[in-house]
Amino acid sequence: MRARGRPGRPPFAFIAETSVLDIQRLSKTYGSRSGASGDKALRDVSFRVPQGQTLGLIGPSGAGKSTLIRCINRLVEPTSGAIHLGDTDLAALGSRDLRRARRRIGMIFQEYALVERLTVMENVLSGRLGYVPFWRSFTRRFPGRDIENAYRLLDRVGLLDHADKRADALSGGQRQRVGIARALAQEPELLLVDEPTASLDPKTSRQIMRLITEIGAERNLPTIVNIHDVPLAQQFVDRIIGLRSGELVFDGSPDALTEAVLTDIYGAEDWTAMRQDHEEDEAAEQASRLTLAGGAG
Amino acid sequence: MTGAGHYPRRWRRPPQIFTHRGWRLALQLAILAYLVLAVGSLEVDVSRVVEGLERGARFMQGFLQPDFVSRWSDIRQGLIESLTMTLTATVVGILVSVPIGIGAARNLVPQPVYLVCRAIIAVSRSLQEVIIAIFLVAMFGFGPFAGFVTLAFASIGFLAKLLADDIEEIDASQAEAIRATGASWWQLIHYAVQPQVMPRLIGLSLYRLDINFRESAVIGIVGAGGIGATLNTAIDRYEYDSAGAILLIVIAIVMLVEYSSSHLRKYLQ
Amino acid sequence: MTRLDPTASEPTHYAQVWSFRTPKARLALWAGWLALVALFVWCWQVMNAGTMWVFVADAPSQAADIGSRMFPPRLDYLPELLAPLWDTLNIATLGTLGGVILAVPVAFLAAANTTPSKLLVRPVALLVIVTSRSINSLIWALLLVAIIGPGLLAGIVAIALRSIGFVGKLLYEAIEETDVRQIEAVTATGASRSQIIHYGIVPQVLPAFWGISVFRWDINIRESTILGLVGAGGIGMKLQSSIDTLAWSQVATILVVILATVVVSEAVSARLRHALI
Repeated sequence: MRARGRPGRPPFAFIAETSVLDIQRLSKTYGSRSGASGDKALRDVSFRVPQGQTLGLIGPSGAGKSTLIRCINRLVEPTSGAIHLGDTDLAALGSRDLRRARRRIGMIFQEYALVERLTVMENVLSGRLGYVPFWRSFTRRFPGRDIENAYRLLDRVGLLDHADKRADALSGGQRQRVGIARALAQEPELLLVDEPTASLDPKTSRQIMRLITEIGAERNLPTIVNIHDVPLAQQFVDRIIGLRSGELVFDGSPDALTEAVLTDIYGAEDWTAMRQDHEEDEAAEQASRLTLAGGAG
Repeated sequence: MTGAGHYPRRWRRPPQIFTHRGWRLALQLAILAYLVLAVGSLEVDVSRVVEGLERGARFMQGFLQPDFVSRWSDIRQGLIESLTMTLTATVVGILVSVPIGIGAARNLVPQPVYLVCRAIIAVSRSLQEVIIAIFLVAMFGFGPFAGFVTLAFASIGFLAKLLADDIEEIDASQAEAIRATGASWWQLIHYAVQPQVMPRLIGLSLYRLDINFRESAVIGIVGAGGIGATLNTAIDRYEYDSAGAILLIVIAIVMLVEYSSSHLRKYLQ
Repeated sequence: MTRLDPTASEPTHYAQVWSFRTPKARLALWAGWLALVALFVWCWQVMNAGTMWVFVADAPSQAADIGSRMFPPRLDYLPELLAPLWDTLNIATLGTLGGVILAVPVAFLAAANTTPSKLLVRPVALLVIVTSRSINSLIWALLLVAIIGPGLLAGIVAIALRSIGFVGKLLYEAIEETDVRQIEAVTATGASRSQIIHYGIVPQVLPAFWGISVFRWDINIRESTILGLVGAGGIGMKLQSSIDTLAWSQVATILVVILATVVVSEAVSARLRHALI
């Protein structure tokens, strides 16, 4: 077991040596192919993510968080810029190489995006699709090593007994755990996480965020978490990037995220509303915990 | 449960529908046996089929190089019959199916009326157009009139059933609200039922117009007039280029009717 | 009703006439109805230009005559119908099987999200579907009997060709309606195109696929009963020969058998669909 905190390590001291992901002047324009007009979702975004760092991506809806994450594994085609994962420029890959690159990048989705009608095991094994030939995946004859590993991952996320259940029979939190196991089955070098808690209750949200950061630390994975819940992000991530209308407007540690910065990112009104929501959630959870404790005692 | 570090290396997808192994095997065997028997009872005259392939090639050629000209007057006559028969039969079908559809809605009429109307619908739906057409041709003689009656009769079953099902599913609270004002049965139909089912009725009528045209091309084969009769003659004479032309026209009209009716439905709703 | 101004509680007068539509819309509506009536009358006249009204007037007595000849149905004819009935079931089942097998690739080529080329392949696949759908199975049978000769094979191929369009259309619509996020998630694992289809799309459309296939099988049972009228085998051939010899009591027996078959197949397909979905 690796220690979660990394004491004594300055946050960005050796980026140059160990940065796994390096994004340079990434832009995305929707609608127009020429790129001159149309809806600019990302404008010249550049940043680097080192090994083992959990990076939170915040910003109001429509700021381009989802586009940014999807540009990295090219579910969305970037208009311009470079995305280096190790030595490969993801933005420049042809379709065959892109598939090879994608299997190095695990992705966890908003609202789980499991294949609902397949079993939990098949969903986890689908993380191996990039590694096995078609006939193996078609006949569901995955290599023994993959199956063993899938069981190990299901055990890690606490769902070992649910392997043969259909994904649509699980609760929201359980489904997201399957989503995590699927991403890890890829043995990724990078983890992309898109709004992992969007449809979960506050308590489950915390559990899922904790699991994601723990796993990122265990495997020393760089992790980019796109998250709308700022307080939750502050609680779990090592570093935060703020986007506003497709532009990078903040990059720093969670502690540096002052009221002024947040108001700058979200606009005054939205930020106040969001903070209040969170405080209510917190209070409600506290209250329910108290009643539970009271009932038990 | 397996201990830490040791996990199974094999996994098989659990069966989803027939969970019992024996039943699954029995079902697979039954399907196999059926296929063997069914294919075995096919008596295929191979030489005839081989001979037919050449004819098939000629038909394909006819389809690619259709001849609209040499039989144009027959084709024109057939088309006019088909189109007029389609329109009149649909209109009459709608007019008759509305009262029957209302009569077949359980929530509006007394039990005896309901049963009679449902029986009419059942008879109309269970018999196919072609079989009805055979009888009607025997009764009314060859020609489009028999076709018209066939299509109108078939439309009644189709429209009245869907209309009745629709009326049975209307929002009961709206009907109750109108009833509470002391409205008569006719006023109830007009104010509570009609507004709710009218858009659906229009949509269904347009859909039936489309079906009636397609069917009009079929019932001609048994003598009920229309483009089907022309097609039948063309194939009997082995005039594949004329047959190809007729089929292309039918396809074009079906596409046109389908396209315009879907547009019209969108426009009306 | 506190919002009402109390001083205006007794209005002097309101409009006495209220209408649902504006005058212009009403006029257009009436004009539309008038045009429809005129069209109907015109069509009626064109259609009946060659109608012999003597025959039409004679129809009730003809109907009574045929009816009396049909009744009672010849029950001793039943055993002779068993073999053709078996053939009919085979036409429908094998035809459905063939049609479904051909329809699956067509549907994947026609669906906007799985087609390899929207400009070249998709229109061709859609054309195949439209052609198959526009031509009734009886017409397909008519053609095939002329091409490959009378018999079961013509019937099976006719049913298969007609089924391609039906199954293909409903299936490609189901494919286009699949949940994009599930497909996206499978894509993100680095899966190949065929793997994305197999893991991301197939599980989502499988219930629809079974439902459509069973539904089409039910329709095909119905349609295959009459294919014999043009020589494509099955119970319809018995119907044709009975009509040709004016053996109306046999016709009645055949109709009863057809009706029973259709009712049973409808019940079976309803149960199957219920079990499968």
